Amino acid sequence: MKFSNYKYLILRRISQLGLLFLYFAGNAWGWSILQGDISTSLLFGKIPLSDPFALLQILATGAIVGVNILVGALLITLFYGIFGGRAFCSWVCPVNMVTDAAAWLRRKLLIDKIERKVWISRNIRYYMIVIALIVSAITGLAAFEVVSPISILNRNVIFGIGAGIGLIIAIFLFDLFVVKNGWCGHICPLGGVYSIIGKYSLLRVKHTREKCTLCMKCKEVCPESQVLHMIGKKSISVNDIECTNCGRCIDVCNDDALEFSLGKFIKESKESK
Amino acid sequence: MGQKGTKDKITPRRRFFTNLAHNVGLGAMGVLLWAGYTSKAKSSPLTLRPPAALPESDFLKTCIKCGLCAEACYNRPQNLDKEGNKLTPGTLKMAKAQDDVTIGTPFFIPRDVPCYMCEDIPCVPACPSGALDIKKVTNEKGELDIRLMKMGVAVVDVSSCIAFWGLQCDACYRACPLLDEAIKLVYDRNSRTGKHAFLKPVVNVDVCTGCGLCEKACVTEKPAIFVLPTDVALGKVGDHYVKGWDKADQQRVKDVDINSVTTQTERSKKKAEDYLNSGNLLEY
Ligand code: SF4
Ligand code: SF4
Ligand code: SF4
Ligand code: SF4
Ligand code: SF4
Repeated sequence: MKFSNYKYLILRRISQLGLLFLYFAGNAWGWSILQGDISTSLLFGKIPLSDPFALLQILATGAIVGVNILVGALLITLFYGIFGGRAFCSWVCPVNMVTDAAAWLRRKLLIDKIERKVWISRNIRYYMIVIALIVSAITGLAAFEVVSPISILNRNVIFGIGAGIGLIIAIFLFDLFVVKNGWCGHICPLGGVYSIIGKYSLLRVKHTREKCTLCMKCKEVCPESQVLHMIGKKSISVNDIECTNCGRCIDVCNDDALEFSLGKFIKESKESK
Repeated sequence: MGQKGTKDKITPRRRFFTNLAHNVGLGAMGVLLWAGYTSKAKSSPLTLRPPAALPESDFLKTCIKCGLCAEACYNRPQNLDKEGNKLTPGTLKMAKAQDDVTIGTPFFIPRDVPCYMCEDIPCVPACPSGALDIKKVTNEKGELDIRLMKMGVAVVDVSSCIAFWGLQCDACYRACPLLDEAIKLVYDRNSRTGKHAFLKPVVNVDVCTGCGLCEKACVTEKPAIFVLPTDVALGKVGDHYVKGWDKADQQRVKDVDINSVTTQTERSKKKAEDYLNSGNLLEY
């Protein structure tokens, strides 16, 4: 057990819990560092930050929305689009802690080894995006926002626990007993939205084949293990959009065969063509 | 995969269309289920929204559920308790799954915490989405004016209001921030005793903002005065009746096309003997 095996995990938890704490403090003690909630926040009392998917759903209902929300969604889209990729999922989203816990317990309990495999497509999340927008347009209510476990968990921390917490437990159980990485790796449309937004982002995990000893620890912990198809085969970056930049693979690799890299992606994708 | 015989062989073309149908079918099922749930997730019609909220259906479309209004209400400096060191619960709550209100949207329950009609209205400018529309609480001079808001209207249940029994009570009257404007005390002779007066609270629906301070103050076990959303509480006269003595009211029906107003129900085409003997009079 070395620190380097947990570095990004610890940093992510600090980020996720820290953000929840700041949100909580924003309501409970009026701190103006981060106010609002994960759908729309106010940073330092001035800078709006908005969930681009929530904005899309609102627009789908036909509503005209305030300029702050538009600016906020643009800022978030630019940040993840240029830099972070799908980092929202592993560094910000509170549900990630729940689904990570389920995945961890799954490994400890060896559930993967005993259970009957339930197959569902990893592309459901992209259909969910379209369906959410259609339903928003039909019902006049942002459809994912009324079921989103992400906002529900976030608000449960900020404004007090409600019955919505049951949904969080259900997702934990679903990931634990039904489908490995079921929610975040297959269903959640918000994860899908950030995948799409981050298609050309700079932050990437990079693999060096020469150093790899083929222990496959990285694939075991990766919540989207299909994105690590190059392990032991090619020295390239992880360019699949579903990679959450969680850095867990980097943590568990004892041979320095994985690292974060910036900007290599653009060069490389040209080379590989 | 379809090795034997020609019967169960699927051509690539056929496979494509079957897959397409499969996906479209699943998608349509998803839309139907989700839309069914979402339309049930709308709030009860009795929900009271924050000041300057858009009409309910627009409000539901626009509110992004950020909670900034509720945070502004809770953290306003006036919200400190008497000793001045602890915040009391805020007026606006963010709906939880168990509330009969669309999850994550702000609302309030006057009997728990009414709206104090803050002069500076911290909640409304905090809203980033426009679901709380600052224009609704801005007067011609461009100043914020909380008296312009309309969250609902107070209604008195005359059977449980003790003032209507003839007992002395003006708790709601005195609690109202629009004193003697939104609630007036109407004097009436108490013919039961012959020597006392009734002092009956009567709400002026044009002035009342729906803040609910009266509901909070009411002395009865379950309040005899309570705030309801305006469209639930109030009737609508329509174009048939006009206050002939009131210029403004005459203006209201001025543009109505006389021909579009029906003052009679259509006469039955059947003869009287026919329908009187038809056995089912209710149909005519
Ligand atoms: S997939 Fe969804 S729930 Fe999972 S971490 Fe990403 S946004 Fe959160
Ligand atoms: S006006 Fe009412 S709802 Fe708004 S901050 Fe004041 S008490 Fe709260
Ligand atoms: S501030 Fe506006 S958008 Fe945010 S919860 Fe309140 S009404 Fe909704
Ligand atoms: S709700 Fe009650 S207290 Fe508030 S303005 Fe109306 S009558 Fe007055
Ligand atoms: S406080 Fe309640 S009981 Fe008293 S006069 Fe008002 S409505 Fe009636």
